[in-house]
Amino acid sequence: MPEFRNVGEVRGLRSTAYGFMAFLYLPIIILILYSFNSGSLVMVWSGFGLNWYAKAFGNADIQRAALNSLIVATVATALATVIATLAALVMTRGGPFRGRGASLTMISLPLMVPEIVTAVAMLIVFAGTGLSLGLGNVIIAHVTFCIPFAFMPIRARLEGMDTTLEQASADLYGSDWATFRYVTLPILMPGILAGAMLSFVISLDDFIITMMVAGAGSTTLPVYIYSMIRQGVTPEVNAVSSLLLLASVLLVTLYWLVTRNRAAATA
Amino acid sequence: MLHRQRDFAEAMSPDPTMERKTAIDVAGVVKRFGHGPAAVVALKDVSLAIRDNEFFTLLGPSGCGKTTLLRILAGFEAVSEGAVSLYGENIAGLPANRRSVNTVFQHYALFPHMTVAENVAYGPQRLGRPVKEIAETVARMLQLVKMEKFAERRPAQLSGGQQQRVALARALAPHPKVLLLDEPLSALDLKLRQAMRAELKQLQRATGITFVFVTHDQEEALSMSDRIAVMSEGEVQQIGTPTEIYEYPANRFVASFIGDANFIVAQIDGITGGMAKCRSVRGLSFTLAAAPGGKPGDKVTLFLRPEKVRIEAPGDAGLAGMIQTMEYLGQSIFYQVDIGEDSPLIVAGRNRDDGGTPYKTGDRVSLVIGADALRMLVA
Repeated sequence: MPEFRNVGEVRGLRSTAYGFMAFLYLPIIILILYSFNSGSLVMVWSGFGLNWYAKAFGNADIQRAALNSLIVATVATALATVIATLAALVMTRGGPFRGRGASLTMISLPLMVPEIVTAVAMLIVFAGTGLSLGLGNVIIAHVTFCIPFAFMPIRARLEGMDTTLEQASADLYGSDWATFRYVTLPILMPGILAGAMLSFVISLDDFIITMMVAGAGSTTLPVYIYSMIRQGVTPEVNAVSSLLLLASVLLVTLYWLVTRNRAAATA
Repeated sequence: MLHRQRDFAEAMSPDPTMERKTAIDVAGVVKRFGHGPAAVVALKDVSLAIRDNEFFTLLGPSGCGKTTLLRILAGFEAVSEGAVSLYGENIAGLPANRRSVNTVFQHYALFPHMTVAENVAYGPQRLGRPVKEIAETVARMLQLVKMEKFAERRPAQLSGGQQQRVALARALAPHPKVLLLDEPLSALDLKLRQAMRAELKQLQRATGITFVFVTHDQEEALSMSDRIAVMSEGEVQQIGTPTEIYEYPANRFVASFIGDANFIVAQIDGITGGMAKCRSVRGLSFTLAAAPGGKPGDKVTLFLRPEKVRIEAPGDAGLAGMIQTMEYLGQSIFYQVDIGEDSPLIVAGRNRDDGGTPYKTGDRVSLVIGADALRMLVA
């Protein structure tokens, strides 16, 4: 007769788990710790100091790259989220139509296509058409790979939503627009926020595609950090990376707070 | 003189059923889902008229088409054929949001992101009513369903019964001409369901709005309705008051779906003075009022409610039988009595003052059937 045990009692499991966590997070923790190193050697601790943060903030190139990253992430997220919301509405509320399955596959395909393939394809499109909008090119590229990330949580939310709510709105004299504005959209909001968050983070830290399509002057933060490393790693890289991490953590926390409040109100 | 007399009589005793306007007229409605040979016919040529200020129930087993008919009235489904009119206006092509008809959904469908007050205000807001009027309507509706104290709660913070009341208030707030109720009590527990029956009936009287109620529960239908349409397999089997439906079912389906019933297959031997002499397959003979159109030689089904038979000690009067099994239900006791027919006769006995059961399995008894208790079904 098999005996069921607490998984925590399995020998070696606990230490494996701790080892795994350390493997995942230790480098990040070290990266953050050494960003406060006052010396100029990356792996030699010479005392606490915020001087590398000051240097990073004072670096005009970093400022420009960070601004580019924010512009690209914000605009791409806004566009991708709107497109993904419309796509999700058609997929879940549009009824059966020709090519529905094909459309669904097409929307999710960028998740499976290797990023380098998308990057090269984008490069060919821009080079072939001669389209050169500076930051605009980067934004277009980011929108394309952000759409599936925004699409998935929105569609999941819509599929979990009771369609009789929309019928109830129509029954209570709501036009199609009023039903969308006052019933569908507010209930969909957590899904849209999740989609936007995901797409913002994906856009913010994208490297390969941006590297390929970004021309001079449209460098984003990840691409800039890469170029810094090639010139030799200084704690300035640690400081910039830590700031990027902070931005991501803040966003995720914000999303968590927003959805938690909603969940508390509706649960 | 004759005219004046009739006018006077009408004024003094208005017949509650004859003089009312028609609220909803359903004429020859057919509803098919899908196309071609694979199409499923949910409604086959349904026609019925629902009167103004009536509590009308669509009753039938699941899949009989009652919910489809309700959804057609609400505007969620289009008819395949036929016409639907609301107070004389053809509404077949009108979308749901332009019909003066509101629905109480089976699972309430309250908007989870709005408070109770916001839910109730939704209809009047969409109709563009003034803010002040909306506030008054919401207050009045919440008072009507005794939910004033919960105005600022969210639906998820309410019990099933409370959500039910909010759903009612929300559907009544725009003051529809007709209120549609889609099995609204099915999600409640038994006690609450019984209490809500009386409340719904009272609410209908208080508002004067025509209620169309869908249910598969015959007790619910009998206890609340002015009239009932019994449906089966996409067709209306009978329309009538609860008494008519229970006492004079139109066919075997209605008789067996509502309440318990015994059926005895028999043949008419002869009819004299409207009374038919019938003989069952096993040779028992009965005399009862002949159904219209019944002729000697016809095969008929005799129908008898279990509670209309009296059990007595064996004697000359009545039908001799032997108790096969008995089922004690507290309030009543159901006996299966073998009378020599293919299937035993089900007889309901009431619980006695002393709580005892006077008969037991194997007892020989005599069954006394009242003169008017046995009915003839032609179909």
